[in-house]
Amino acid sequence: MALPSTIPYLGIAWDDVIFLVLASVMLGSALLVVLGRNIIRSGLWMILSFAALAGIYVLLGAPLVAGAQVLVYIGAISVLILFAIMLTQSKAGPASLVFHHQAWAAAILALFLVAIITVVVIATPWPTAPGPVVASSITIAHLLFGTYVLPFEVVSVLLLAAVIGGVFLAKREDEPVTLGLDQTNPPAEPPLPVTRSLGATPASVSNVVARPPEDRVP
Amino acid sequence: MSHDLNAYLILSGLLFAVGTFGFLARRNAIAMLMSIELMLNAVNLAIVAFGAFVPELAANGAVIALFVMAVAAGEATVGLAIVIAIYRNRRTPLVDEYSSMRE
Repeated sequence: MALPSTIPYLGIAWDDVIFLVLASVMLGSALLVVLGRNIIRSGLWMILSFAALAGIYVLLGAPLVAGAQVLVYIGAISVLILFAIMLTQSKAGPASLVFHHQAWAAAILALFLVAIITVVVIATPWPTAPGPVVASSITIAHLLFGTYVLPFEVVSVLLLAAVIGGVFLAKREDEPVTLGLDQTNPPAEPPLPVTRSLGATPASVSNVVARPPEDRVP
Repeated sequence: MSHDLNAYLILSGLLFAVGTFGFLARRNAIAMLMSIELMLNAVNLAIVAFGAFVPELAANGAVIALFVMAVAAGEATVGLAIVIAIYRNRRTPLVDEYSSMRE
């Protein structure tokens, strides 16, 4: 059974309704990301914003980009950010002052940006064709591995560099770096009779030597 | 409305402005990184919208959006590693307390 293309009695198209719902969810959760006091909740609202944007990608006829959005942003970047939030939380809870003192200037700048972008978008005659055109996965694959194969390889090298850089930057510095074959095995304890038998009777030496196997038994 | 390029571009501009405000106004370094992710998402939305509505671009928009996602993943990795490294030294994630280079 095919659904009617517009909502009965209202005359609004279904995809307009879906667009409005997804856009309001995306913008509302983005505002909650920016304005919320608790940063863990900000991270969770960011996931909702990414999910709504994936829905808008589907509406635009780019299902492959929507899938990549779910995999990369929701699956990888959000989890990474949540882990970083948990690593940098202090026990005192969120800071009492969430924003800088100059936040009003940032708000004015953001509103100015919205005004400029809206004017430019409306005033420019874009060379558009009607309707979102669905980009098939086969076309995208031919472009990705044909025309764009050099950027594809460069991006792979960039990701490798990012992995190595991230590991290097987040690595702890306090333990000494062990290099060479001598350090691979931890240094064994010095021989017991030499160190501990100074001035001790042979009986105590034998006790000391005999003790470690007993200690290892739980 | 959903068959009009302007609606998607204005939505993208709104999301970018929200991200700009968050980047400039928040004190927490990780909140600033989240705002950067919002701005990258806004740019991606504009790119995909152009690819869907401008016939000459066709599938190029989706390919460029995939590249932007990969670069965003690398940026998030390195950025969060830098924030964690700074946190280990300074014991705070608030950027206005990183003032040792002020004088």
